Amino acid sequence: MTTLSPSTDSLPAVAGDAAPVLEEGHGDYRMFGLATFLLADGMTFAGFFAAYLTFRAVNPLPAGAIYELELILPTINTALLVLSSFTFHRAASELKQERMGRCRWWLLVTASLGFAFLGGQMVEYFSLPFGLTDNLYASTFYALTGFHGLHVCLGALMIMIVWWQARQPGRFTPSEHFGLAAAELYWHFVDVIWLILFGILYLL
Amino acid sequence: MLLVLVGLWVGQNVNMLPVAASSNAPLYDQLFTVLFVIGTILFLGILGLLLYSLIRFRRKEGDLGDGVAVEGNLQLEIFWTAVPAVVVLFVGIYSYDIYDRMGGMIPLSDPHAMHGGMAMESAATGPSDSMPPGMVMAANVPSAVEGAEVRTWGGIGGSPGSSSGALPVDVTALQFAFLFHYPEGDFISGELHVKAGQQVELRMEARDVIHAFWVPEFRLKQDVIPGQPTILTFTPTRAGSYPIVCAELCGPYHGGMRSTVVVHEPDAFDAWLDQNRPATVASAASGLSATG
Amino acid sequence: MTLALPPTASSAPPSLQPEGWLRYLSFSLDHKVIGLQYLVTGFIFYFIGGALAGMIRIELVSPMSDFLQRDTYNEVLTLHGTVMIFLWIVPVVNGAFGNYLIPFYVGARDMAFPRLNAVAFWLIPPAGILLIASYFIAGASQSGWTAYPPLSLTTPAAGQVVWILSVLLLGGSSIFGGINFIATVLKMRRPGLKMMQLPMYCWAMLGTSFLVVLATPVLAGTLVLLSFDILAHTGFFNPALGGNAVVYQHLFWFYSHPAVYIMVLPAFGLVSEILPVHARKPLFGYTTMVYSILGIVFLGLIVWAHHMFTSATPPWMRLFFTIATAFIAVPTGIKFFNWLATLWGGKIALNSAMLFSCAFIVHFVFGGITGVALAQVPFDIHVHDTYFVVAHFHYIVYGGTVFVVFASLYHWYPKFTGRMLNEDMGRLHFTLTFIGFNLCFAPQHWLGLNGMPRRVAEYDPQFTLVNQISSVGALLMAISTLPLLINVIWSAFRGPMAGDNPWNALTPEWLTSSPPPVENWKGPAPLVTHPYGYGVPEGQIDLKGASGKELWTSGS
Repeated sequence: MTTLSPSTDSLPAVAGDAAPVLEEGHGDYRMFGLATFLLADGMTFAGFFAAYLTFRAVNPLPAGAIYELELILPTINTALLVLSSFTFHRAASELKQERMGRCRWWLLVTASLGFAFLGGQMVEYFSLPFGLTDNLYASTFYALTGFHGLHVCLGALMIMIVWWQARQPGRFTPSEHFGLAAAELYWHFVDVIWLILFGILYLL
Repeated sequence: MLLVLVGLWVGQNVNMLPVAASSNAPLYDQLFTVLFVIGTILFLGILGLLLYSLIRFRRKEGDLGDGVAVEGNLQLEIFWTAVPAVVVLFVGIYSYDIYDRMGGMIPLSDPHAMHGGMAMESAATGPSDSMPPGMVMAANVPSAVEGAEVRTWGGIGGSPGSSSGALPVDVTALQFAFLFHYPEGDFISGELHVKAGQQVELRMEARDVIHAFWVPEFRLKQDVIPGQPTILTFTPTRAGSYPIVCAELCGPYHGGMRSTVVVHEPDAFDAWLDQNRPATVASAASGLSATG
Repeated sequence: MTLALPPTASSAPPSLQPEGWLRYLSFSLDHKVIGLQYLVTGFIFYFIGGALAGMIRIELVSPMSDFLQRDTYNEVLTLHGTVMIFLWIVPVVNGAFGNYLIPFYVGARDMAFPRLNAVAFWLIPPAGILLIASYFIAGASQSGWTAYPPLSLTTPAAGQVVWILSVLLLGGSSIFGGINFIATVLKMRRPGLKMMQLPMYCWAMLGTSFLVVLATPVLAGTLVLLSFDILAHTGFFNPALGGNAVVYQHLFWFYSHPAVYIMVLPAFGLVSEILPVHARKPLFGYTTMVYSILGIVFLGLIVWAHHMFTSATPPWMRLFFTIATAFIAVPTGIKFFNWLATLWGGKIALNSAMLFSCAFIVHFVFGGITGVALAQVPFDIHVHDTYFVVAHFHYIVYGGTVFVVFASLYHWYPKFTGRMLNEDMGRLHFTLTFIGFNLCFAPQHWLGLNGMPRRVAEYDPQFTLVNQISSVGALLMAISTLPLLINVIWSAFRGPMAGDNPWNALTPEWLTSSPPPVENWKGPAPLVTHPYGYGVPEGQIDLKGASGKELWTSGS
């Protein structure tokens, strides 16, 4: 179409004076990406919560259907998970002071708390008087706790991997420890989701 | 100015709708005309502007220069933010007025209805026990007195029949037919027969999947969702036969899920009712086969 | 001001160029390769979806169900919707142009997460193949692209489950892409480049990506619950088991209404790039354009229930959703008036890119007007689930977005390949598509108003003639792809060389060779602070800013 085609050396749109050297190989945006992903993941839970609350509001439990929840075990579980957030934080601060041994020990504690939570969840599942397909509330209960449990399971495995990686000296340093930081952010996320879930599902 | 005149002319003279056969259809047609006029004016205006720009400002052969460097004009931008906002607000208020006059804004008293617009208890107990507040579209009959009656009925109470004079019909939607049960004569028909000028109260229920009851000539449509008995009231005004169409994909024969609503003159309707009153299986069967 | 590009930039050594066409079949991390992978894959699915549409239009030539089996017809319409939305429009306007252009626009050498980017693309072919294969192996889903329960629970389970799986994969791809775009636009900007100096497409993609990240997971969760209903016989959405079918509709539309904006916002952005270049004028009202995008994103998230006006929603909800929906017309209107003002007083080149862009404006204004009408509850009650709605959203999504995809193809093809497309063939393509499209979809408004519901294989015989007109239009649209295909393939080998910047554009993708080298620029990335700095201010040359204004105007 047009014929005006300037030679490259007259291209004016290059104001090199601002940044004569661009940083080659871009920065580390992985934590930012993870945070965005957790936003998306949180929306999945938000959808589930919205569905559950709507069911509660408009679909009464049919006569004869059983839907009762014990509070003791889930409360203990909640305590375990909240505690594990603190132990993970402790592990991260040990790393910042370059005490790798203690860091790994706290990681192990965190993962154990995570697995204890999963164990508690299993015990609760098997002691509940209703099954997955018994009624709408039962299905929603298992779907929500199950989906969260899957997150806990993945998180605990991630912590075990981080724990394993932390054996290598120099793998995580106070300034460079993406794997550990990512696992920590994720773990706090899972914890917060549980607190909301606990409030909606058990307390409401 | 010319544009406005053209728009008004188009709105008055181009008829895109089927005949109006219920009391809320004229209201709908009013709204349609208003929207059509505004839409035509806007569309022709923008089209004209665009075509004018393309012709007037097209690039001449060999001209490689740029246009004028106008990067914006705040007043102009505020102007064309405000104009659509006003138009949209006007249209919104007007359509709500129309909707209110059709009876759509009747507040639903059922607490469950206020949450999600559906009452599941009625699923267990049957449609006639509680007020299923799905969508209550109570069409105003022209007389103001009856209109008021209709609203109270739609909103509170919840006992069918409190609106005096409405013809109750139980509608069952299933793959792939509508069945119409007349409590007055206790028989089932495959076609809906109603009396011109008399309000009709359809108590609708779906058996299997979601269907939608639509009569284009009545400008009425209501989804019939399984587990959610729904009441639809309207007043037919014009005698004749009109199609009933299922408007929600409901399976392979969805396109064939059609029936007919016959609006009778009052005498003819009574005759039809009497003729079918002996609730025989035969009459139901003949009605069914007529559905196709 | 120093010139940072070395004078030798145009004669790039071959080692930096893509190494042959096999690169496009590989797990490449180059954003330009990934962009073109999206584009070509998208077009393949466009032709598949088009063939499916052709089958629908053939069936509707006669009022009887005679061409396809009834359940095959439902499979075809389900596949048509799913393919066109999830495998054509969303991947192309987001994935293809987003991946190709965004790094250029922010002055980066690649996306923030190149590997994730490649993963996101490579989720698409398997998902697409899975979906198409389900038609041949087990029978595809029959419940429409909306998959409303209980219908989706009672139709054959295999097809439905494959459909869910495939949409989940595509949703995952979409979310990964969205995360990448957000990080790239917010974090990867070249030092010195401010947000309000970005080309408009960046803003459009930023808004779109937030919609993707916020809304798509909800659909994913919903479909997981739906698959439980099918496979494990839970009753979330099954009224027969005490569930609630309307909750599914709410959750579905919470994604699927924003999905409309996921499909049109990038198109808005692309048009904002194309119009100023070919009208030789700055984009009118940059700031209001940005705010209108943000407004559309916000409103787009809170209007979903206008798809459910006939499905037992309470009055307050209808009131709210009517008003919110109608108000989307305000930011959208701002954009359209700004585009018209961009054209006004320009020196408009009536080439294929410009023609398609202008047709987009016409169609979208039309679709927008019917859209505001549809937002009105009483109006919607009559035409909901009819051909009026079909016509409306094809005006938005085909007349709007797909026309922009074509415009973008004519605009950026020289950059993609280094060769120009044939302009006469382009205009032929435009004419056929424009006539075919309007012939196909304009009459459908009338059909809907007069009583033809959507998704039917058979209809009242009084609609036969209008349906046949519509089918003729569809045939024209099918034919119109021939000049496009011939043009694209022929020009790739025989087209005249384009040079670096055939349109004399100012946005950064044109400030490098065509096709660009692997890391986009040989030297440092250019800092473009006035991406739309065209135009002569009252006959003078504006010297401030390194926008390149002075070059093009002094050249004339």
